[in-house]
Amino acid sequence: MQVPAPFEYERATSVEQAIALRERLGEEARFIAGGHSLLPMMKLRLANPEYLIDINDCTELFYITEDADQIRIGAMTRHRELLDSALLAQHFPIFRDAEKVIADPVVRNRGTLGGSLCQADPSEDLSAVCATLDASCVIKSTTGERVVSMHDFHVGPYETAVGDAEMLTEIRIPLKPNGSSAYEKVERRAGDWAVVSAGAAVWMDGATIAEGRVGLAAVGANTTSIGPVSEILRGATPSEELYQQAGEAAAANCSPQTDQRGTAEYKTHLAMELTKRALRRSVTRANGQEA
Amino acid sequence: MTTTEPAPTEAEERPVGFGRLLRKEDPRLIRGMGKFVDDIQMPGMLHLAILRSPMAHAKIVSIDKSAAEAHPKVVAVITGEDLAEQGLAWMPTLSNDVQAVLATDKVRFQHQEVAFVVAEDRYSARDALELIEVDYEWIDPVVDVRSAMDADTPVIRDDLEGKTDNHIFDWETGDEAATNAIFESADVVVSEEIIYPRVHPAPMETCGCVADVERVSGQLTLWSTTQAPHAHRTVYALVAGLPEHKIRVIAPDIGGGFGNKVPIYPGYVCAIVASLVIGKPVKWMEDRTENLVSTGFARDYVMQGEIAATKDGKILAVRTNVLADHGAFNGVAAPTKYPAGFFGVFTGSYDLEAAYCKMQAVYTNKAPGGVAYACSFRITEAVYLIERIVDCLAYELEMDPAELRLKNFIQPDQFPYESKTGWVYDSGDYEPAMRLAMEMAGYDELRREQAEKREKGELMGIGISFFTEAVGAGPRKDMDILGLGMADGCELRIHPTGKAVVRLSVKTQGQGHETTFAQIVAEEIGIPPEDIEVIHGDTDNTPFGLGTYGSRSTPVSGAAAALVTRKVRDKAQIIASGMLEVSVADLEWVKGSFHVKGDPSKSVTIQDIAMKAHGAGDLPEGIEGGLEAQICYNPENLTYPFGAYICVVDIDPGTAVVKVRRFIAVDDCGTQINPMIIEGQVHGGLADGVGMAMMEMIAFDEDGNCLGGSLMDYLIPTALETPDWETGHTVTPSPHHPIGAKGIGESATVGSPPAVVNAIVDALKPYGIRHADMPLTPSRVWETMRGNHTPPI
Repeated sequence: MQVPAPFEYERATSVEQAIALRERLGEEARFIAGGHSLLPMMKLRLANPEYLIDINDCTELFYITEDADQIRIGAMTRHRELLDSALLAQHFPIFRDAEKVIADPVVRNRGTLGGSLCQADPSEDLSAVCATLDASCVIKSTTGERVVSMHDFHVGPYETAVGDAEMLTEIRIPLKPNGSSAYEKVERRAGDWAVVSAGAAVWMDGATIAEGRVGLAAVGANTTSIGPVSEILRGATPSEELYQQAGEAAAANCSPQTDQRGTAEYKTHLAMELTKRALRRSVTRANGQEA
Repeated sequence: MTTTEPAPTEAEERPVGFGRLLRKEDPRLIRGMGKFVDDIQMPGMLHLAILRSPMAHAKIVSIDKSAAEAHPKVVAVITGEDLAEQGLAWMPTLSNDVQAVLATDKVRFQHQEVAFVVAEDRYSARDALELIEVDYEWIDPVVDVRSAMDADTPVIRDDLEGKTDNHIFDWETGDEAATNAIFESADVVVSEEIIYPRVHPAPMETCGCVADVERVSGQLTLWSTTQAPHAHRTVYALVAGLPEHKIRVIAPDIGGGFGNKVPIYPGYVCAIVASLVIGKPVKWMEDRTENLVSTGFARDYVMQGEIAATKDGKILAVRTNVLADHGAFNGVAAPTKYPAGFFGVFTGSYDLEAAYCKMQAVYTNKAPGGVAYACSFRITEAVYLIERIVDCLAYELEMDPAELRLKNFIQPDQFPYESKTGWVYDSGDYEPAMRLAMEMAGYDELRREQAEKREKGELMGIGISFFTEAVGAGPRKDMDILGLGMADGCELRIHPTGKAVVRLSVKTQGQGHETTFAQIVAEEIGIPPEDIEVIHGDTDNTPFGLGTYGSRSTPVSGAAAALVTRKVRDKAQIIASGMLEVSVADLEWVKGSFHVKGDPSKSVTIQDIAMKAHGAGDLPEGIEGGLEAQICYNPENLTYPFGAYICVVDIDPGTAVVKVRRFIAVDDCGTQINPMIIEGQVHGGLADGVGMAMMEMIAFDEDGNCLGGSLMDYLIPTALETPDWETGHTVTPSPHHPIGAKGIGESATVGSPPAVVNAIVDALKPYGIRHADMPLTPSRVWETMRGNHTPPI
């Protein structure tokens, strides 16, 4: 049994209390949500927080709701709920695609959306999903709240815009007409981190793409959304040539490393191949053609 | 998991003897009521944690343990220097090398044991490790096995007197001159470098022990994760100088072994020393990382394979040159005369004219070990070599790989068959097994489908492996480990009421001994298996024997169980003759009772006889009371199980992701004792094979850092990567085994990797691919498709 270093434990029952604890305990304190990244890191002694603030009793953060022009998801929403949500499946099928291949059912029962985004692991899937959907993040502190785009939220590997005395509370995803999305992932084994993942979302204007976005995981520090691909897709008519062009742009804008999951060349290839596949599927879905 | 075997009928569910029978051990294991080493709790028990080296090769300049000793819950901090004072810093390995218990002079692999802490609880012991200051001085590590023997390479084992290089041993087998002559004149010669990377058994339960030395009596009780309790007891007696009768080794429930729990690890010795010094029970349990980075790995062979054949596909000879990476200490668990284990069976299932193998084993700055992971003493590597190179030959000859194998099998009338490397195969009938597998697979139809798919640019592969194993070590005249002969004792007692206790020297780690051995006794004496208790894993309560590994339990101890039961039955027959007042020769055994020949109404059951044996009244002259016996079985030969495996894969050409679509496994392990347990063993081994072929590898970076230190990095397959297994069998009994049984525990682990690899390589044929090395991850497959295949080591 791997055992963590000593730490103190507090359990918060409200967001207000959690933030107050965080402010009081300072930078050596960490929130613990599902704990499926933090606890293994603590057991391996790669993370040694002095305090854990358990936010699993912050029931106000468990929700998926639809507003007029957006879907709002509480930060403590579990993977399992994202997977099962009919509302998300209807508007953003990318969630179900991704959640089917994130970790395993045991992890999905416990791990949360907010925890995943705050971990900001470059191989993590939900950052790519949220960036692909142009989501924004609500960050609260004792003095108020601010809303940042995914682009600004995800600062770099294991680094986010959330400050020491702040808490990610909600993810907002804009609802726009005639859209759909998809996620593609290659992994060495079920439950492994992605070798490469690609998410795509398109919003159609008749036969052309009004807006399209692609986000990648596991191919570099800041690839959760690939701007140049959006440029290519804007106003374009879907075709295999277009997907190829978008895929090549995705590949050109990533910087994977060779490791045990694969060579940099392979990952670059996958960035292209999976971008093509995700885009093709998004368009098919947006056109209501997927069985 | 599916199987082609028919479901058991009502009558078959409770056989008195062989047949499908639910496992007797499962009710406690399934309910979480098993008792494992880490479940052992004792009053005053302390906890031990080991400090390990962060570097692969470094001189230990100094160790400051004062801060750790000052920790309020720490009882003792022990370094290699402390052990050296007791003469305990080094211990023998199972291959007559020595291994550091705690490093004294320098560390020789990353995560080598450097010091240990004993504390009141596990957390404090672990915390205190971080308070030990060790000053290391870097030495260039030897990581690349191919350069280990280069002139300017640092010498790892400078502890060995006069050692000036990293050489361990050279070994050869077969006839070099005869083999070379055939190669020179053969129509076709195919060569390929075939690598079996380093893998790890990764049992669910890591290694550990609780050591309890009683100060007054000097008695050591050691609860230990061991596959070989008796052999370990003797080794402890030899290492620690403890009198053997004062040592009791208990292996409680074991959560998987696969060879990982055969060696003696430094942690066990540390716990014993700690208990001896402190006078309290001490528990040591590895964590997952420690298990993966420091305990017995497997394989790590670089094999240059060569095969010679006629142009119409008659295989003439096989030749191989092997470079073996044994890590920092030669810790291979193999019989003394077999430094390369049973790799000599690399001639496989084929009737050759000549064969030759030359091997060099070297030290590197990696964890020691070498034979583990259900390998039947290196037969895994041997089978992989021959089955891969035969496929390379089929590729060159443009011959169907099934046809090529069928053309070259040893024929039934050639058994017992002496191979060109001197192994005497006891029995075999290969073609029916191969034909059955092909029929189950629908082989011809699969080939048709493959041809159609290739037309459309789709990648589908069909891989075949036909293996023969040599298991059940072994005959005393040839086989020993550290001088201990590989014969097994067995004891059977029938109680007055006709219930029985059978005591084994072997120890289950999940194979189902408590069921299988009860069935062997039941078959021989007619007492229902539920009335037979199987005692094992406790040296005080079982006869001596060498333990469970190398698929030896059924071939050796299974034979012992059958023979000891027959010995009891012989005595029962004499007692029955007295009871029925007829001569022994007039009695007929019908499972469970003796009948008077010609008069079945006059009979006594074994239960009647048991009561008589313990009861009042006279017994036949010269017969003592009681109904029990003990024997020690020395096997005449190994047993040679075999099997035909067919794997079907599909590869996504865009991502190179491989999907194993089907796997057909036909096994022949001779007489089947419990077909359900056999299928379970096969299922597990097939999953192992998919893992090794596609994802498992203990890799190192150039500094010798182990890259497989967690199950996030060292991948083992899940149900999602494995297909429904389609199993079948043929039965070719062993002629020398009392019940005709052969080992089965490792067949599938040995036989399946080449089937998976052959299938993947077959799928890549349109790219002109003849070989690719494991582990065939998507990246490796993609690089291979592009002609960029690089060896994994």
